[in-house]
Formats: sequence, structure tokens, C-alpha cells
Amino acid sequence: MKAFTYQRARSVDEAVEAASAHPGSKFIAGGTNLLDLMKLQIETPSHLIDVNHLGLDRIEPRAEGGLKIGALVRNTDLAADRRVRRDYAVLSRALLAGASGQLRNKATTAGNLLQRTRCPYFYDTNLPCNKRRPGSGCAAIDGYSRSLAIMGVSDACIATHPSDMAIALRTLDAVVEVAGPGGAARRIPIAEFHRLPGDTPEIETNLNADEIITGVVLPKPIGGRHIYRKVRDRASYAFASVSVAAVFAADGSRRFAFGGLAHKPWRVEAAEAEPTPDAIAEAVLAGARTTEHNDYKRPLTHRTLKAVFREAEVQA
Amino acid sequence: MTVAMTDAAALPEALNQVQQQLPVGLTVNGQRYELHLDPRVTLLDALREHLQLTGSKKGCDHGQCGACTVIVEGRRINSCLTLGVMHDGEKITTIEGLGGPDNLHPMQAAFVKHDGYQCGYCTPGQICSAVAMLGELKSGIPSHASTDLANPRFSEAEVKERMSGNLCRCGAYSNIMDAIAEVAEGEGLLG
Repeated sequence: MKAFTYQRARSVDEAVEAASAHPGSKFIAGGTNLLDLMKLQIETPSHLIDVNHLGLDRIEPRAEGGLKIGALVRNTDLAADRRVRRDYAVLSRALLAGASGQLRNKATTAGNLLQRTRCPYFYDTNLPCNKRRPGSGCAAIDGYSRSLAIMGVSDACIATHPSDMAIALRTLDAVVEVAGPGGAARRIPIAEFHRLPGDTPEIETNLNADEIITGVVLPKPIGGRHIYRKVRDRASYAFASVSVAAVFAADGSRRFAFGGLAHKPWRVEAAEAEPTPDAIAEAVLAGARTTEHNDYKRPLTHRTLKAVFREAEVQA
Repeated sequence: MTVAMTDAAALPEALNQVQQQLPVGLTVNGQRYELHLDPRVTLLDALREHLQLTGSKKGCDHGQCGACTVIVEGRRINSCLTLGVMHDGEKITTIEGLGGPDNLHPMQAAFVKHDGYQCGYCTPGQICSAVAMLGELKSGIPSHASTDLANPRFSEAEVKERMSGNLCRCGAYSNIMDAIAEVAEGEGLLG
């Protein structure tokens, strides 16, 4: 690791001020992704601001319905929360499909959203990567791209976002709450939180450098059948080739978000009223740009969605 | 062959910086330690290099193998993926704290009985992980293998899923499974 200085922040304001005062600093919470990247010198912050003690580790009911999840709630605790298991099972299921027991015990809600891609070329510091070194080129597009994105890609980047949790949050229309300098606060719908790569793949979210995530809001429960289906190379502890977060709501409406396909959770609302899984998948995959290695993700998306429909019938 | 003398001025700036050394108090296996750590020191390196508690192992150093698993404030974590300075004031249990040759923890005894290892390198992490994993199951925390999210029950599928963060290069998995099942039965988890 490159040398850095360290401070423990005691309040959100103190953390935000510290970030403004130290350009090149990073917040650290669970650290499970950041420290991995720092060991490889892919991330080289000059200053770390430990945000573990900001008191943002609770899940609270909201007066208008729904839940407010503190930014520092650990993935294990979020997945195990009784209300989440009962009313937002797709979120529990998605969290439990990711990482290992040890990692979920450390990883936080905000950190999960901000984790970096696992594109092998992002990790290989000997090769060009526009995300790691802007302007250096993309080794993935003509490389071994089996795990990489087919939707919303650009000539600069075909990385995927690795989070399972974010895919479930997308189906639930969650909202990310953010604090900035001077007590400023704003809310970013999950659909607008992550960005497509375009020609600036190094900018992954619409969070500003001096802002910090304080929580994630889940709207009122919509009931129905909740399913998270993840297809991967190993039965456990692997990132998705394709995943589907699905809610078959009590009113007959359906929601589907897809992981493993894009630089952000991929959801096409207009496709959700299509009559069959194949028709939905076809509409979701409109505009797909595949390589010889990842073209399998198109039929896999169709099949995974069909399996989700079958599972929903069994639950009904 | 000429060996160039290293000119301190030519070293990278970072090496010449006087590193921040931070006071950290850790309670490890019931004993209190006061340390001064460079912020780069991982909890794993603090345990192994500063406290000479070398039971916890460095396998991949990237959170992929689980050999470094320790129990912090009652929870199993990868000690390689966290900084020592982040754990000031916390309680940590390592394999040395679970039990020793004369007072084996039931999980250690079960691993010996069932031959839950070959080379033994992953074993401290496997055992710390297994002990905390049964605690998670007991407190009702679900897993990917839980058919009923509301009520997870002990099963072989549950153990395999919950232990997937601990790799065994020798492939002693079936014996590890037997060892864990025996302890789970002793704890009344087989219902």
C-alpha cells in the first residue's frame, strides 16, 4: 500500500469537512473492496477518513412507510433484518447471494453501492484501462470479455457493476440519501445513482467527491413474490454472469432488474408489461452489444428470466 | 557486480516520510495490548507481526481464501481486509484464544477427530469461521441456502454455503463438514 494518513470521523459533518480539506482522500467503512484495491495500488488515497463511527448503523421505520437503512448497516444485518426479510425479501436474497459470510459481516450498505468493478483488466495494472488510468484505452473490449457487460457499453469501457444488492434496490425503487458540505443534503433515486461508462468510465456514480452517503430509503412495501436468481460459475462466492431481481407485485404488476449485464443495475420499465419472459428479455436486451465471449449472456438472460417466472408460479 | 549505495534522497518520497504511528488498544484473547501502528498495518499483520499470534494465516491477503479469519466483537471477518487502527478498543478472538493443546475448543477437537485438514494452513481460519458460523445460524441469520428466509435450519447445504469463504487447497471439505456437523449436533442445532 502507498503511504496514507488516517483519521476517525465522529460525525457526518466532520467526515465531509475532512474530505474537502484532504483532496485525494477516501472514506473507509467496511474496507473490504478499498483495501483490496489499495494493496494492488489501484486505489492510492493519501488520506483515509474512517466513517465507521458516525452512528449510521440503524434500520429505522419511516413515518410515511418504508425503511431508512443507515449507510453503515452491514450486509449481514440488512439481509437478516426481520422487516427486510418479510417485506423486501428480494433484497435479503440478493445480499445473501453476494460475497462470503466474513465479507458480509464487514461490508456496508453504502460501500456495497460504491464498490468497483471486478473487470480483470481493471485489476491488471500492466494493461490499459480507461477506468483505472483515463485515456489509456480498454484492454477488455478485444480481450477475454466473458464476464463483462453487453448493455449500455461504450468504446471506452465494458465493465459491469458487481453488486447484487444494487440490483434488488433497483427493483424496489430505493433512494440514496447523501450529505454534502455545509449540511447540504440531497436524494438520488437508485436509477440515477450509477452511471453508464460513456467516455468517462472512471466516474461511476453521480455522487460528488465531497459528498457522503448517509442512508438508503426503501419505499413502502409493495408485497407480492420476491425472487433473486443469480447464475454464476460457482455455486457460491462468485460474481454474477447474469442475475435477475424480480418482484411480482400483489396488484399484478411486475418489476425486473438485471445484474451482470451493465455498468449499472439494468432495468427497462417499458418491458415489464410484455406478456412472456422471452418478450420481456428481448425488450430488455434491445441494443445489446456483445463480444464472441459474452454473447452467451443474451440467451442466458432469457433462460434466467424464464426460471424466475417458474419460481414465481411455484410460490403462488 | 557493483552494488549501488542507496542515496536516501533518491528514495521515493513516501519512503522518506515519517510515517504516522497511531496508538491502538486491542483486547486479543482476553489480554489487553497497547500498540503503535502505521495505518497501513492490517489487523492480520498486527496480530502476526506485532503480537506474534501466528495462528491466523496469510493465504491470499485479498479476502478470497479465509485463512485469516478471526472473530472481532463476536463476528467472523477477514483480518487481512481491515486495518489495525480501525479496531481500537475492540475485542478479538483468534485460534489461540479458542483453545490450546490442553483445553481444545469443541470445534478444534472435532477437526482433530475427523481429520478436517491435510496441510493445516487453512485450519485456524476454518475453525474460527465455523465457530462463528454456527453462532450466526443459532441467532437466525439466513443464508443463500435457506429455503425459508424466516427460519433457517442446519443442513449440509447450509454449512457448505456459509463456509464458502474458507478455501481448503488440500480438499479436506468432507471431513471439515463432518467436524462441523458433530459440533452442531452437540449444540442441539440438528433439531
